[in-house]
Amino acid sequence: MHKFANPTRFLKLAAAVFPWAAGLTIALFAAGLVMALVFSPDDYQQGSTVRIMYLHVPAAWMALFTYTVLAASGAASLIWKHPLADVAGKAAAPIGAMFTALALVTGMLWGEPMWGTWWVWDARLTSVLVLFFLYLGYMAVWDAIDNRATAGKAAAILAVVGFINVPIIKFSVDWWNTLHQPASVFRMDGPTIDASMLWPLGLMFGAFNAYFVTVLIWRIRAELQARRVRALEDLLVRQTERESAV
Amino acid sequence: MRSILALLGRDVGLSWAAGGSTRLALAFFALTVTLFPFGVGPGAATLAKVAPGVVWVAALLASMLSLDRMFETDFEDGSLDLLAIGPLPLPLLVLVKTVAHWVSTALPLLVLAPVLAITLQLESTAYPALLASLVIGTPALSFIGAIGAALTTGLRRAGVLLSLIVLPLYVPVLIFATGAVDAARNGFDTAPHLMFLGAVTLVAVVVGCWAAAAALRLHLE
Repeated sequence: MHKFANPTRFLKLAAAVFPWAAGLTIALFAAGLVMALVFSPDDYQQGSTVRIMYLHVPAAWMALFTYTVLAASGAASLIWKHPLADVAGKAAAPIGAMFTALALVTGMLWGEPMWGTWWVWDARLTSVLVLFFLYLGYMAVWDAIDNRATAGKAAAILAVVGFINVPIIKFSVDWWNTLHQPASVFRMDGPTIDASMLWPLGLMFGAFNAYFVTVLIWRIRAELQARRVRALEDLLVRQTERESAV
Repeated sequence: MRSILALLGRDVGLSWAAGGSTRLALAFFALTVTLFPFGVGPGAATLAKVAPGVVWVAALLASMLSLDRMFETDFEDGSLDLLAIGPLPLPLLVLVKTVAHWVSTALPLLVLAPVLAITLQLESTAYPALLASLVIGTPALSFIGAIGAALTTGLRRAGVLLSLIVLPLYVPVLIFATGAVDAARNGFDTAPHLMFLGAVTLVAVVVGCWAAAAALRLHLE
């Protein structure tokens, strides 16, 4: 891991991985969407509405996963002071916020026909909403501090503190109110979903993961290049200043 | 020990003095609670039902309102640098300043809260739980707030950013605290809620001191 903290080495690796990740994203989305929207069976209770789940469930998973990535890169930034860890966190945050928003919106679209309401103050909905605000706070810290090194460290502290708080928030909100159905895929006694629905769900999960990797690499590269541009600009300004002084 | 007491006395004194945040927080607390009967109507049944939440949300906002002065004024006039190179380690410094924040803003709210609860028609059986939840829960607000205050020290528009950072982290405190008061209103046991609230506070003390110290160190470099 320390080996790839070097931006140059990372860029070389990223250039090799990127086309594969992008291709995988397209392929998995194509296969997953066709299976989920066309070939998978209707639910005996929910009818076609169940197809929203093929977007909703992976989005919700990825919302949590991305926050874990954020906290891990925050910890790496604080412990080892990896320059790339800050960049990775900054690049991951908007993707995570997007996944969270997607989970919320698809959940609302599903809730209206199924529960008869767009929104209930249920435990899972509420904790995902709080997670969304945690993402916004993290991004706001990056925006508010001009010095990039300071901003990165401040955001890293917030990500780690937020990560400690996520289970506490989750638990407290569960205690407070629960309507959402319990987990049905990751269970000790195996999934309770039929294979005809588990397959498209698995494909969509893979597609979301590949999408995350693709966009993350893309955004990290863009950020590194933006930093290079700014460094060159600074150099140019200093040079012109020196020349005008002479 | 002497430097701890000196710092505590100085911070509390500054908050109580004219232009300090104690009176402002108290006035804000009273005003916010007063707004709710206008918003939800003066019916006693409605008010009694929302009273725990209203008192707690108002206390939470009042406590948050004074957070931006926790390190900011000391940072501006340079005394934070002096304190940082003084005898106290930074996490301990944060601990003392946070306790000072609690003493100067949350403690006065404790006195005012039952009075405001009376105006909201809160049942008499719920007062012990309300006070207990405030005593146990408000330190968590100060310690979580210290993280936000330290992160935003020296920034422009720190206030809005501070609320965005801190408010989501306040959710568990609010849930367990109002849960305790609601349990008391309905004649249930309040102990589980208060114990969880205590656990949240203890976590907040530990995490808050170290995280806020790390954040301050960024701005002191």
